[in-house]
Amino acid sequence: MIINHPLLGPRDRQEFTYLGDACLIDRPGWQAGDAMDQFFEYVYLRDDPAGEHRELWYHEHGDRSWLVVTRNTVTHEITNVELASDVARKQGRSK
Amino acid sequence: MTQSNRLNGGLINRGKPLNFNFDGRAYQGYEGDTLASALMANGVRFLGRSFKYHRPRGIFTAGSEEPNALVELRSGARQEPNTRATVAELYEGLVACSQNYKGSLRYDLLALNDLFSDILSAGFYYKTFMWPAAFWEKVYEPIIRSAAGLGRLSGEDDPDEYEKGFLHCDLLVIGGGPAGLMASLTAGRAGANVILADEDCRFGGRLNVEQEDVGGKPAVEWVEQAVAELTAMDNVRLMPRSTAMGAFDHGIYGVVERVQDHLHTPVEGKPRQTLWRVYSKRAILCAGATERPIVFPDNDRPGVMLAGSMRAYANRWAATPARMVAVFTNNDDGHRTAVDLMAKGVDVTVIVDARLDAPTLTGVRLISGAHVIGTKGRHGLSSIRVRQADGREETLACGALGVSGGWNPNVHLTCHQGGRPVWNESIAAFVPDQNIPVGMSVAGAAKGLFSTEDALRSGAEEAVAALESLGIAASALKLPRAVNSAYNLQPLYHVPHGKGRAWLDLQNDVTVKDVKLAHQENYRSVEHLKRYTTLGMGTDQGKTANVNALAIMAELTGKSIPETGTTIFRPPYTPVALGTIGGRTVGKHFHPTRETPTDKWAREHNAPFDTAGDWMRARWFPQPGETHWRQSADREACNVRKNVGICDVTTLGKIDVQGADAASFLNRVYANGFAKLAVGKVRYGIMLREDGACYDDGTAARLAEEHFVITTTTANAGAVLRNMEFARQCLWPDMDVQLISTTEAWAQYAIAGPKSRELLQRIVDSEFDISNEAFPFMACDSVTLCGGLRARLFRISFSGELAYELAVPTRYGDALWRRMLELGQDLGVAPYGLEALDIMRIEKGHPTGRELDGRATALMLGMGRMVSRKKDSIGSTLDQREGLTDPNGLRLVGLKPVNQSEVITAGSQLVNETAPVQIDSEQGHVTSACISPHLGHSIGMAYLKGGDQRMGEIIRVVDPVRGTDVKVQVISTHFFDPEGGRLRA
Repeated sequence: MIINHPLLGPRDRQEFTYLGDACLIDRPGWQAGDAMDQFFEYVYLRDDPAGEHRELWYHEHGDRSWLVVTRNTVTHEITNVELASDVARKQGRSK
Repeated sequence: MTQSNRLNGGLINRGKPLNFNFDGRAYQGYEGDTLASALMANGVRFLGRSFKYHRPRGIFTAGSEEPNALVELRSGARQEPNTRATVAELYEGLVACSQNYKGSLRYDLLALNDLFSDILSAGFYYKTFMWPAAFWEKVYEPIIRSAAGLGRLSGEDDPDEYEKGFLHCDLLVIGGGPAGLMASLTAGRAGANVILADEDCRFGGRLNVEQEDVGGKPAVEWVEQAVAELTAMDNVRLMPRSTAMGAFDHGIYGVVERVQDHLHTPVEGKPRQTLWRVYSKRAILCAGATERPIVFPDNDRPGVMLAGSMRAYANRWAATPARMVAVFTNNDDGHRTAVDLMAKGVDVTVIVDARLDAPTLTGVRLISGAHVIGTKGRHGLSSIRVRQADGREETLACGALGVSGGWNPNVHLTCHQGGRPVWNESIAAFVPDQNIPVGMSVAGAAKGLFSTEDALRSGAEEAVAALESLGIAASALKLPRAVNSAYNLQPLYHVPHGKGRAWLDLQNDVTVKDVKLAHQENYRSVEHLKRYTTLGMGTDQGKTANVNALAIMAELTGKSIPETGTTIFRPPYTPVALGTIGGRTVGKHFHPTRETPTDKWAREHNAPFDTAGDWMRARWFPQPGETHWRQSADREACNVRKNVGICDVTTLGKIDVQGADAASFLNRVYANGFAKLAVGKVRYGIMLREDGACYDDGTAARLAEEHFVITTTTANAGAVLRNMEFARQCLWPDMDVQLISTTEAWAQYAIAGPKSRELLQRIVDSEFDISNEAFPFMACDSVTLCGGLRARLFRISFSGELAYELAVPTRYGDALWRRMLELGQDLGVAPYGLEALDIMRIEKGHPTGRELDGRATALMLGMGRMVSRKKDSIGSTLDQREGLTDPNGLRLVGLKPVNQSEVITAGSQLVNETAPVQIDSEQGHVTSACISPHLGHSIGMAYLKGGDQRMGEIIRVVDPVRGTDVKVQVISTHFFDPEGGRLRA
């Protein structure tokens, strides 16, 4: 597989480590009344789509960027690659 | 030995005879021969025994699809079992042996299996070796093991080197036959960056084995011209002896180049084989087609082979399997074999054509509407039995039979990403569908276009289309004139007449009867059929068997072939040696060895080593007279508690954390508080996973307002950095914090013991006050040593003694170590290794990886109160889950034996004082144990249910495996100096 790194261009999959669903960016707030339930879902519950999937890859043998890769789990086609920090900011995460 | 079956002509170099040896006998062949063609020319038909029934077998094909002619090639360490003689190029001095027999090839003791074939049918193993269960290991398995398998391994290390390489191209052309050559010429002339790979040593594909003209000249000449033109192009890389073995995601192909397999001994400095990873923008599969047989009774005798292969041997290698041959076919291609062999002076007895309307051929007897229904000949074919359309039978003498049941396009690589080929009725074969790998197109016979003209045209057209999609303009070349022969075929997969076993999969000895049995026992899907009968397994993966088997299953189920299923394929296309896949990552190169700065010194002092991840760590440093590791480790530990010891702790992970938000960032990733840590102070911290388990611990030292350096355990250095980067980039992207691993930048030593300060004062430059008052417990600072060497000093202790850790740039590590040993001689300084370190940390009850086992929570470790509830940190929510806060859950406790001479062993189970030793009595387990030299008895750390409420209780440590049962008392894990007075001294 080849992942088109937004900063470094096309890189071989061997340089990356896979984590999982990009929903891991959406870490719940700790002070919510149902924080325990939210965290439970955050840690344990995942969709397992046959098709398009947004997932986190870490350029561990490269520049240590975390990336959000949109990949089709059936065809392995990669349609979008973004810096996870950009995605996180877009989703309202800050400090 | 004369080459009795050598014909005239061929693409062999008669000016270069080559001597070789097969089964101990000397033969001669020519340059350009394969082992198979040379043996055939020498009249050797019987090459080996089959897998299961040990039936005599000979050459069946002329290529990589060969199921039968497997030999052990070479001798000694290079001995290579299951080598297909059909693709082994002949070289001077080649040595090969037949395989799979006991006794001799001609009189194989295991040929007895053949007599019991009725009970050795499909599913035999599953049905027979079930009872009694105890027999399996002692009786059945050893017998089966000794009879199983084909070739033998040398048992020695492979002396050759294998390499991995990376290539990039616009267009990868797989297969160098007419389609592949035309595609390469088209793309090459257009200036595209092209790679042409072919498994053969010679480009040309079928053009090398046919008698036909291309572009008004003999096909071979046209090939030579095309190859010469391609060779002259800088933008084209020609790769002969290179098999595209797999099509992977995003245009990546695995190509195995057999760089030196054709040589007697590989030239030093060059790899034996190279596994290329080819990154292609487009690829054209021009892999040709493989002939399939018609299956009939006793069709496995040496001499029975594919008709197209028989023709290939005659035309390319000038060899014939016999002087008198016959042909059995259901299509026109079989006739071509008869014509070519007759032209070479071979006597063609008969063409048996299954079609009633078979075209006639002059100069040869043709029986149309007839079937071959049996054969004779013990170690090789001597006659065939023919059944005519009207039922009359006759026996005809022949030494070889060429069989053609049609051709199957080589669609293998189109299936490597889940694509399924579709059935094409007009050629009665599977052809690639639309669902082939992205960027791939197919041309020529691989697409079902069997005439040379069609192959040339489709090669050119596919190349133009591929380049166009890349924005490279290519003009369609003028096509050379070529044969456009019709391919008239009447499907026939197996002959319904005759007695005797009809062999479908020659390599795995699967017969038509086995397929019928599988059907009868309801193993009807293709996948079940394969696993039940072993059809399509082995080195050839059923390349000449699968479609016939599918057709027979279709017949049995009354469905059409496409309804019954498809044959699909996974990589590799042909077998790939493990050595090739391993490449250079063998032995010590499998993973890197990381050496500490004191590695050289430790080796000079005969230290035994242990691995910690990739790191090599010294376990102890033996002194003269010490014969047991405990003598050394105890001495080292006692010296720390009495004088001063030094220990290399460089392997601990070090991460430099900087930025305006560094403190608040650490506050989020450590469970305990860090925001208020003062500059010049160190704090112990624990890190949780988000699920609440404690996965790492270490220290964080605040060197400046916006600068921390943290340590991790050796094993988790990578994971901690990864998780911190995740937190920084994905969770809190606007925090001003930067991370970098500095594990290898600093040599770090623990200096521990009551005299450690005295030793340090001789090293640290005098302007730095490291007295207890100025530099108390948990202090840290940047200092200089030995007259200006920059260093970092931390007053932290793992041993429980007055202790420091001192870090210097790695290149000074060895010198500092030696300097400390020299300057501390009168203080009794001595190095200590991992074992002494472990003894002292158990004495202090410090957890390591044994306790941080991936399930442990802070509460279990006795650190529950460290997890701050006043802030958000990773894992701090889920660690409060009901299941993890059960007061009767496991808690870390200390254990000491009631009878002090008894020993606690790590890994033992805990049971109550009077409980029986059984699974439901389990109260916990021992994580770490040692015999404390300071307390004089065994101690252990253990997880015990509700352990924090059970201090003083007597329980038992049992190990049913080692047979131990020791009464112990539950105590605190702080076995030694529980008040910690020594480390504050």
